[in-house]
Amino acid sequence: MIPELIVNGAATGGVFALLAVGFSLIFGVARIINLSHTAFGMLAAYLLYALVTSYGLNFYLSVLLSILLTVLIGTLLYRLCLHPVREHELTVLVISVALGVLIQQVMVQLFGGTFRSLPSFAAGYLEVFGVRVLKGHLLVLGIALLSLLALWLLLTRTKLGIAIRATAQDREMANLVGINVGWICTLTMALALALAALSGTLIGPLITLSPWTWLQLLVVVLAVVVLGGLGSLKGSLIAAFLLGYTETAVVFFVPMGSFLRGVASLTVMLIVLVLRPEGLFGISFEEERL
Amino acid sequence: MTFLQRLRDFLREEVFSLPSRAVVFLACIFLLFLPLFAGNPYQLQVMVLTNLFAIYAASWDLLSGYTGQVSFGHALFFGVSAYSAALLNLRLGWPCWLTIPAGALVAVLTGLLVGVPCLRLRGPYLALATLAFPIILTGIVFAFPETTGGEFGLSGLSRLTPSRVYDYYLSLFLMMGCVFLMWKIANSKIGIILHSIREDEIASRACGINTSRYKLLAFSLSGFFAGLAGSVFAHFMRAVGPLTLDTSISFQAVIWTVFGGITSIYGAVGGVYILYPLLEFFRLAPQLRLLSFAVIVIVVLFFMPEGLLRWVRDRVEVECPRCKKRNTSGRRSCRVCGAPLGG
Repeated sequence: MIPELIVNGAATGGVFALLAVGFSLIFGVARIINLSHTAFGMLAAYLLYALVTSYGLNFYLSVLLSILLTVLIGTLLYRLCLHPVREHELTVLVISVALGVLIQQVMVQLFGGTFRSLPSFAAGYLEVFGVRVLKGHLLVLGIALLSLLALWLLLTRTKLGIAIRATAQDREMANLVGINVGWICTLTMALALALAALSGTLIGPLITLSPWTWLQLLVVVLAVVVLGGLGSLKGSLIAAFLLGYTETAVVFFVPMGSFLRGVASLTVMLIVLVLRPEGLFGISFEEERL
Repeated sequence: MTFLQRLRDFLREEVFSLPSRAVVFLACIFLLFLPLFAGNPYQLQVMVLTNLFAIYAASWDLLSGYTGQVSFGHALFFGVSAYSAALLNLRLGWPCWLTIPAGALVAVLTGLLVGVPCLRLRGPYLALATLAFPIILTGIVFAFPETTGGEFGLSGLSRLTPSRVYDYYLSLFLMMGCVFLMWKIANSKIGIILHSIREDEIASRACGINTSRYKLLAFSLSGFFAGLAGSVFAHFMRAVGPLTLDTSISFQAVIWTVFGGITSIYGAVGGVYILYPLLEFFRLAPQLRLLSFAVIVIVVLFFMPEGLLRWVRDRVEVECPRCKKRNTSGRRSCRVCGAPLGG
């Protein structure tokens, strides 16, 4: 029972982490709360479905293609719809919700409102510490950890990463030292979209996919991000595993738990927020005053 | 005779001197006579819901637009009051003139209950924390199906009024009263304090304003109006379901208000009156309904990020630089103080 919980919780946490880190990244750099973030993950999962089942492409090639396509579409939509109005905070929010609904409805048009299931990365079980674990879960955890490591290297070891972090810390200052802030924002958006698309293709096979999946995922991502502290990548990571374990534990131990998994993580989020208003690792800035 | 003359002068000098007032006046007249030429009961039902959602959206604007406490969980107030009205009506047999105020009061209490832990949160944290409340409540509704009806909700509430036309007038007068009240509050001294909290909370505290008290006041006022809309909604539909707590209802308030123009009660109300009937009359092409809705919202906000109605108002009216009264744009001099305009 306990080892099963540990492995399943880790896999759930890994996917949450991928989604939340992307969301947190774009918030930290461009100050955009992109509520359509998970919708792009869902878009990638649907693209994967279409490429594999309708066009019969190779599975790994289609994963790559669907991620690329999602990044392309998402970045274009960002430049077209969000970038020009980014000064108006609430307008950005509403447009991003509208973008999510747009993607949802296009999916309804193209694939219908029925539930779909994607072909799995790796079928079958594996014995880990005497527990039978889905291979898919292990693979998800592995890829999630690898891509998080890659992201960490990118952010700390490359010039681009340093520019991204500089923009996140202080936009005006970054601009003064010659960083093209608009361009960095677009690049970060592309990076965040790639993470969203990757997590979409990863969890696509583990869940049943419907055009409304993005809303359920969005609630979880928001809980993770707020719990960890907005804009803090380390916080999102820790919060993702915390909530991953909470959800798994609720499903395991509470009767009718699968109804309450979202409720449990949101309650954890609220309790933490009441005790620490800026989340676990968020830094509370003094308000900017002009 | 003198009364009619005074009425005519009042209309000419105070109402028709400004395009925005004239539009509001004509819209009210139109809504009053709407049942005369509404073709079928379905259209009337859409308009009743539009009236109720106008109250709901304006209450969101009062909390989030004016006070800056952006809430993504406004459906909490709507749903809580709808459910409490339904439970009081069905379990205790209270008539609807008692359950509606009771539902609104429960929403006020909920507003205080939610407001206290949220006092320390700001900006996006507050928005995302409030998003959680209705979702948690939905989970509770599902967990106790015997009391709350679970997935299917509660139905069989007593009727609001005997006929749909009466329903329409009730909702219309309620809407006019509530919106007028909110507009008055927003322009009163309290409204100015709420503005100052949004602009700079620390500075308003330095001015000796008890910001916590005013934030709680905003939460409970907003909860009251949203709750009123919710309980009337429950009695009008004669059924309550988890849909009243749905995240989409919360986001609708944000979409309507930002579409019409935030921090202006009229923007929220106008946004509902434009978008809600529009969405309903898209039923001609049901598959493309939400799609075209999303596209319209994106396109309008792209060109008018401050909201449709505020954008239009800024085009047709100018503010007098001396006395700050509004004038029709194109006038040479201010209609009140005579100061030269434009240039």
